Amino acid sequence: MLEIKNLHVKLEEEDKAILKGVDLTVEAGKVHAIMGPNGSGKSTLAYVLSGRDGYEVTEGSIMLEGHDLLDMEPEERAAIGLFLAFQYPVEIPGVGNMTFMRTAVNALRKARGEEEMSSAEFLKAVRAKAKELKIDAEMLKRPVNVGFSGGEKKRNEILQMAMLEPKMCVLDETDSGLDVDAMRLVADGVNALRDAGRGFLVITHYQRLLDHIRPDVVHIMADGRIVKTGGPELALEVEKNGYADILAETGAAA
Amino acid sequence: MTAVAKLGPRAARRAAKLEATASRLEALTLPESGEWLRRARETALARLREIGLPDRRDEYWKFTDPATLVRTDAPAAALFEITDEAMVFDAIDRLRVVFVDGVFDPDASDELEAEGLEIVRLADAGGRDIHWAQELFGALEAEGQDPVTRPLAALNTAVATDGVLIRATARVARPVSLIYRRRDPSAELALHHVVKVEPGAELTLLENGPGAARVSTVTEMCIGDGGVLHHVRAQGRDHERRAITHLFARLGEQSVLKSFTLSANGALTRNESVVWLNGKGGSAHVAGAAMGDGAFHHDDTVFITHAAPDCESRQVFKKVLRHGAVGVFQGKILVHQAAQLTDGYQISQALLLDETSQFLAKPELEIYADDVKCSHGSTSGEIDADQLFYLRARGLPEETAKGLLVLAFLAEALDEIAREDLAEEIREKLRGWVSRHR
Ligand SMILES: Nc1ncnc2c1ncn2[C@@H]1O[C@H](COP(=O)(O)OP(=O)(O)O)[C@@H](O)[C@H]1O
Ligand SMILES: [Mg+2]
Repeated sequence: MLEIKNLHVKLEEEDKAILKGVDLTVEAGKVHAIMGPNGSGKSTLAYVLSGRDGYEVTEGSIMLEGHDLLDMEPEERAAIGLFLAFQYPVEIPGVGNMTFMRTAVNALRKARGEEEMSSAEFLKAVRAKAKELKIDAEMLKRPVNVGFSGGEKKRNEILQMAMLEPKMCVLDETDSGLDVDAMRLVADGVNALRDAGRGFLVITHYQRLLDHIRPDVVHIMADGRIVKTGGPELALEVEKNGYADILAETGAAA
Repeated sequence: MTAVAKLGPRAARRAAKLEATASRLEALTLPESGEWLRRARETALARLREIGLPDRRDEYWKFTDPATLVRTDAPAAALFEITDEAMVFDAIDRLRVVFVDGVFDPDASDELEAEGLEIVRLADAGGRDIHWAQELFGALEAEGQDPVTRPLAALNTAVATDGVLIRATARVARPVSLIYRRRDPSAELALHHVVKVEPGAELTLLENGPGAARVSTVTEMCIGDGGVLHHVRAQGRDHERRAITHLFARLGEQSVLKSFTLSANGALTRNESVVWLNGKGGSAHVAGAAMGDGAFHHDDTVFITHAAPDCESRQVFKKVLRHGAVGVFQGKILVHQAAQLTDGYQISQALLLDETSQFLAKPELEIYADDVKCSHGSTSGEIDADQLFYLRARGLPEETAKGLLVLAFLAEALDEIAREDLAEEIREKLRGWVSRHR
């Protein structure tokens, strides 16, 4: 589904290389986890996947179901089914959460040549999903992410993911700031979509989330590269011993 | 030595200004009107000869060139392709008072009568005894000449060909709607309205439409104790039209004024609002949303005087500018010594959609009371890149995303419209502009 090959990325504004040759393939219905120390380039990878400005790809390619993502605008990537749950969801005062989500859903439907959802249909769908995710209906009325707690922001990301029905989901530290109950809800959300054949790239610091979402593959990222790839047991190893051993063994700098 | 040579530079400037004013007013003939109105017009003309027409060197005309507002003939302005049916407020049940190129159109207007309302055309009023209007006509304008002169308002009082005198004596639910249609590319409009809200009464006044190539309106508002006046105005979308408007509003105890103006397009717009909070516990909100693309100069000049204790005022002005559009805000809060417990708020913000646009702001506070809360802020900024990316990452095309952010930016000004149905009408017009940029 998602194929990243030899991806090199530097900052546009300065000569600082951040990703130094990332190779990664996520198959449909699979969950890949990426773990790694702070500053190793995990968020950068997520942003480059979704097309944020400020980064320059100097080498390599990213393909999503045969589409060359690097040729596409962020909204075009969304339209073919890419979704990024932000590590830091952005607050947008003055834009209602509901208006925002309905506009997004209909923009994607339009781009895919599907009929737009009526307000009533949308309202019904979003209320049902919000209920499943135990999101207070009040939150839908407020401006996007404004005044939301950390956990509310993350749940709002998952609600958007559920409404937009993407094919390939990138979750950037969606678990941080969540209590155990909220984490279980997020995991349930992921597991439901996973069963429907979606691909996942789950960036996390902690084993906790991976207790609820059993990853198929775990990657360790350090200094802009994937330095080790393994099964779920790799996450347990990190949990127990930290990154030091792995980094030493692979010769990577933190 | 001649007399002129003895004058200092200020006196010489004043002499030149008054001479220019005299020559501009030379050919002026006052409209036919009855006794009291003729007197009011002559007094206004005398007032104008005394203060002089504005020029670039006046303190409050530094950011806006009044030349095209002052000159004898209005520059022609192309008619914008818009059907009258597509005009704002069409969905609202209202009492319509229609002017076409500044001339009252009785066929298009409703009967000028309603429960709790007295409405008289200015053109019919001059020969009649209408005490409440006589007391106000030109009087608030005259009072509003100090401490800052409003010469174009005095000119309007002198030459306005028509207008409506409205008195609300009860809570009137159905808005009175002044509609200014345009047919002639070079027609000029000068209308002068008086609105009196009696104690405890309530009125909603709507205004919309492009009006004429050059528009001048003065609205004198007097709101009695406990009275409420809602004013929602949409200035026509014609790109080349020019407008100078003045609101003069005097508020009694516990009374409320909420005035909102939408301006999309227009070569030159200057909206002046002069408000006096004269009774304890009054509340005055003056707000505006302006959007301009290209040859667009938009000026909000506001002066709110707190003369009584425990009053609240808000000025909320937002402008979206691109392709060289210019926005101006000059806003003042003056708090008299007697006006303890004043709560004054003023915000003016511009969203610059490119680097060629400009926002000029002159926020002022002048406070003589010690126990007051006053805040003001003025900013100009661009679209937030993180917000834009977030929206696009969710699939919103760039233009749609920017449109949402523009509407979000304007939201605080729209919040000043109390009636949701009116706010929605305005929002609908904004959405239209955002998608077309015109
Ligand atoms: N826009 C940016 N400007 C400056 N430095 C950046 C920017 N984006 C990322 N970096 C740097 O790149 C490195 C990787 O950051 P990031 O991708 O956020 O790591 P992670 O998510 O793994 O913690 C860090 O050293 C960070 O400071
Ligand atoms: Mg990160």
